[in-house]
Amino acid sequence: MRVPVSWLTEHVGLAEHPSADDLAEALIRVGFEVEDVVALEAVPGPLVVGKVLEIEELTEFKKPIRFCRVDVGTRGSDPGQPQGIVCGATNFAVGDLVVAALPGTTLPGDFGIAARKTYGRVSDGMLCALDELGLGDDHAGILVLPPDTAEPGTDAAPLLGLAEGDAEAVLDVAVNPDRGYALSIRGMGRELAGAYDAPFGDPAAIDHGVPATSEPGASVVVDPASGCRRFVARRVTDLDPTAPTPWWMTRRLLLAGIRPISLAVDVTNFVMLELGQPMHAYDAARITGDVVVRRARVDEKITTLDDVSRALDPDDVVVSDDSGPIGLAGVMGGASTEVTPTTSGVLLEAATWDPASVARTARRHKLPSEAARRFERAVDPAVARAATDRAAALLAHYGSATVDGGVTDVGSFTEGTEAPIPTITVPLDLPDRVAGVTYPRGASVRRLVQVGCAVEVGGDGVAVVAPTWRPDLTRPADLVEEVLRLEGYHVIPSELPVFAGGTGLTMAQRRRRQVSHALADAGYQEVLPSPFMSPAVLDAFGLDDDDPRRTAVRLANPLDADRSLMATTLLPGLLDAVVRNVSRGLRDLALFHVGQVARPDGPPLEAPVVGTEHRPSDTEIAALLDALPRQPLRVGAVLTGAWEPKGWWGDGRPATWSDAVEAARTVAAVYGATPTVSNDRHAPWHPGRCAALHVEGVLVGHAGELHPKVLEALGLPPRTCAMELELDRLPVREVLARPEVSAFPPVLLDVALVVPEDVPVAAIEADLVEGGGELIEDVRLFDVYSGAQVGEGRRSLAFALRLRAPDRTLTLEEAGAARDAAVALAGERHGAALRA
Amino acid sequence: MSGTNDSFDPKQVSALAPESLEAARDEATSAFAGASTLDALTALKPAHLGDRSPVLLARREIGSLPPQAKADAGKRVNETRVAVQSAYDERYAVLLAERDERVLGEEAVDVTLPTTRHARGSRHPLTQTSERIADVFVAMGWEVAEGPEVESEWFNFDALNFLPDHPARTMQDTFHVQPPGAKQVLRTHTSPVQIRTLLERDLPVYVVCPGRTFRTDELDATHTPVFHQIEGLAVDKGLTMAHLKGTLDAFARAMFGPDSRIRMRPSYFPFTEPSAEPDVWFPQKKGGAGWVEWGGCGMVDPNVLRACGVDPDVYSGFAFGMGLERTLMFRNGLPDMRDMVEGDVRFTSAFAVEP
Repeated sequence: MRVPVSWLTEHVGLAEHPSADDLAEALIRVGFEVEDVVALEAVPGPLVVGKVLEIEELTEFKKPIRFCRVDVGTRGSDPGQPQGIVCGATNFAVGDLVVAALPGTTLPGDFGIAARKTYGRVSDGMLCALDELGLGDDHAGILVLPPDTAEPGTDAAPLLGLAEGDAEAVLDVAVNPDRGYALSIRGMGRELAGAYDAPFGDPAAIDHGVPATSEPGASVVVDPASGCRRFVARRVTDLDPTAPTPWWMTRRLLLAGIRPISLAVDVTNFVMLELGQPMHAYDAARITGDVVVRRARVDEKITTLDDVSRALDPDDVVVSDDSGPIGLAGVMGGASTEVTPTTSGVLLEAATWDPASVARTARRHKLPSEAARRFERAVDPAVARAATDRAAALLAHYGSATVDGGVTDVGSFTEGTEAPIPTITVPLDLPDRVAGVTYPRGASVRRLVQVGCAVEVGGDGVAVVAPTWRPDLTRPADLVEEVLRLEGYHVIPSELPVFAGGTGLTMAQRRRRQVSHALADAGYQEVLPSPFMSPAVLDAFGLDDDDPRRTAVRLANPLDADRSLMATTLLPGLLDAVVRNVSRGLRDLALFHVGQVARPDGPPLEAPVVGTEHRPSDTEIAALLDALPRQPLRVGAVLTGAWEPKGWWGDGRPATWSDAVEAARTVAAVYGATPTVSNDRHAPWHPGRCAALHVEGVLVGHAGELHPKVLEALGLPPRTCAMELELDRLPVREVLARPEVSAFPPVLLDVALVVPEDVPVAAIEADLVEGGGELIEDVRLFDVYSGAQVGEGRRSLAFALRLRAPDRTLTLEEAGAARDAAVALAGERHGAALRA
Repeated sequence: MSGTNDSFDPKQVSALAPESLEAARDEATSAFAGASTLDALTALKPAHLGDRSPVLLARREIGSLPPQAKADAGKRVNETRVAVQSAYDERYAVLLAERDERVLGEEAVDVTLPTTRHARGSRHPLTQTSERIADVFVAMGWEVAEGPEVESEWFNFDALNFLPDHPARTMQDTFHVQPPGAKQVLRTHTSPVQIRTLLERDLPVYVVCPGRTFRTDELDATHTPVFHQIEGLAVDKGLTMAHLKGTLDAFARAMFGPDSRIRMRPSYFPFTEPSAEPDVWFPQKKGGAGWVEWGGCGMVDPNVLRACGVDPDVYSGFAFGMGLERTLMFRNGLPDMRDMVEGDVRFTSAFAVEP
């Protein structure tokens, strides 16, 4: 909300005039975010009121240009004579009062005015638009003052509040959603008074001298189902439709960022800003029959003031007459009863709507109006009458209107059928206990009175009734906040809590950190790609229709319609990062990412309805948790280009499937696990270069080279490799098993086995380990050979065996026997034979 | 065997004559000096120090001398032998040093050749910042809690005292999951972990919850739809706002140095009452030390405690939360948030050590 400081301080009894920055500081201290402080620049020089005497349209130019003769009293270049001024605006007529900057004036932005030749005439000054005066950003035309505002030649700067010493500034204040009352001069002024501990005069308490009589007001029926708490209406007749809005009001509206329209509309906006009560002015003559407040009916429509026809929802609340809806309650009026330039009879409305209902309607129709913003944050139901009177009095005064004696005031608030505001009992020392501060005696009570509470001090507590404009104050904690913020958070000391400490990171948390360290140490760069996934990438991956990775969480409102899924695998995000880096000329890449994926088993279940008044039952908690998708933590890595670059040391070496498998082994090693590797076919990997990794019989992931078709489809470099493991499937051991460390010497034996080439190395290795028995300490493949010597379809695998006994020096005979048993098992299982 | 030749004149045994020995020594010394390589030198060794060298042959003759002459001749022979040996040793040392120097010279390389055969890896600065913050709290005795990213509205909103239709619920631009009846969202903050913690753990709790969070902001220099927060929650008997301030002060000092501290401004969050926005005093701020907005905090709202089955008359608590991207941005002077999400390796590798 934009507030001119002259208006903000009008009802606050400040001993001296604080600067705008001081006022902003004070508001920040009590909990308002001041987003901007804009000081209006004073305008020095001959800025005067002028009266347009004559307009000569200059037609020889591409745009309309006017040469005007303007009466500036005795202030002109030739005193007593009209001033000749060229002007590009057309929103004024002969007889209008305008603001003329005569030569010698300096407008905001250090814009000096001098006589100059333009469009073939001498322009002896400038007619000013609002933005040129620093009064907002409107440049739609020049400022036209209401008639009789001042005599031609009068100094305009004091009139506009732009004289030296006016020190006007506009604060742009953000109001938190729990403080609807503060979206007004009344509410924010009260806060300012609290911040300065200064007296506050409530503008809603001013009597504007429009007494009500016993004559009936307009007939208004409020359907209780509408949730309308109060509807105050008052008729104003014989309004002069040509009566202008007084300058002082226009100026306040402009500075508050509201565009002046007509007296009737300006008055309702002015009262909304002043008292926080959004109002509406209907053209009384265009209302047919009784006014009824109700929920909208099915298939009803309304054309709102913005000339948009809107289909109504039965949840919307409308103000209606015999013709149907004439207003969308609390959000926007209807076009059919809009005040026009000929309206002389106005029905003023000041109502109190249900905040949640207005919020829903504003959202449904995408109409975040000034009124809706206030109603959804709650408006003081008690101010409706004062607002109506204030508006009626202003129309009477400035529009020569007659205010009807009859007042309509209906609804649950007026009728007293609402439960009274409950009394909150607060222990006297509760603010002290929450803040950790000993406040001066009486501070709490004084602060609560300042915000408008009725306070009664009892034995060890105070009984507090919140004011009508603070529906957010319902509990002791709410009152405590009022005391703490008005006393100032700066008095709260700094103290560390004392408690028995925890047990540090869990083993699983430590392992996870180690995973990222291990991969970084191995040369991988961590990236944090977006989890938003396109279904198209799964097609590119060549996944089967029933692949579980196609069952994804779908967003209702994705930022990018193409990426509406939550990732079920980390690879798409990592591959995106590869594409981006490659496009930037970075071709040798090793990237990793540790993150959650979402793996629903099917479409989400209906959420259970669970309250918040107390702890949900274990069944309810389980239902809430079970409704969510499984979200395991994974690690993924991709690599492409050279693992070792070409250099003076040699040709280097490209990243291959084996590096991807090694990355997986590196991760598993963090968990103290040695994965079992087997050949697998699993999209999007190359069917002949894909390893499945198992730990303790559980599949933990895949690694290898990606399918060439996938790489082509995604624009990735050939031979790009990847691995992805589910960390949650790796065992987290708090304590590892004791290792056997024998001090006896080993026997080292090599064996070369000729095996059919389709037998994987891992199988032979497993045979050797199993066949060799307990004496086998280590088996290591050191050579692979295939060629004529070993025969077609076969290869030779050379293993180094290390054998050792735990309790004795192993003899060569024993070692040889173990080796023979190992080879025998490989022969039996996989047709391995000792190479001749 | 002949008897002792008492009348033997030593001068008559020419090999033992001083002149002979001196000549042998001079000859050996000059031969050694003439050797230009270790191999040449060692080739000379038998001729001058071997069994058949003049000095060794002369020693054999000592036995034939009368006893009174033996000592004198022995001494002379020995002196000569030592002199020849040391001439050899000296020359050997010189030649060895020459050879070593030559070999080392030949082995010299250009050590400015590039040595990196595989690029070093690094961890993302956000990961490191998150861990650093967690470590600060773990050092104070707190624990680390976690939760899922696709979250139930009950945890993300309801239990955190966001009323249905309240504007606060729409303030956080939320990603909703289809269908609406599932009432699931991408968590808009790490605060649902507060609820999970209170439901799962025994009191008291002191936890920090780092994690990834989501809001429907388009990516630009200062916004990203996917970002990271770290949340703190303490629930215990007798906790006050002073404890909140003390904890944040300690946090600020750990992150920004001993001169840093916190000030609080009143604010509004549905799940805290009173609520505050902390500003941190940042001594290294661009353009001079100053206050920087740093997240939100407050005393846990009694409604939140109640929804988790914690009696607000017995327990109280405080909570706080900060954006990690923002923290990293101002702490390290990073102007553009996009660098953190695009995955350009040049960005990450600049943070090979904790930022």
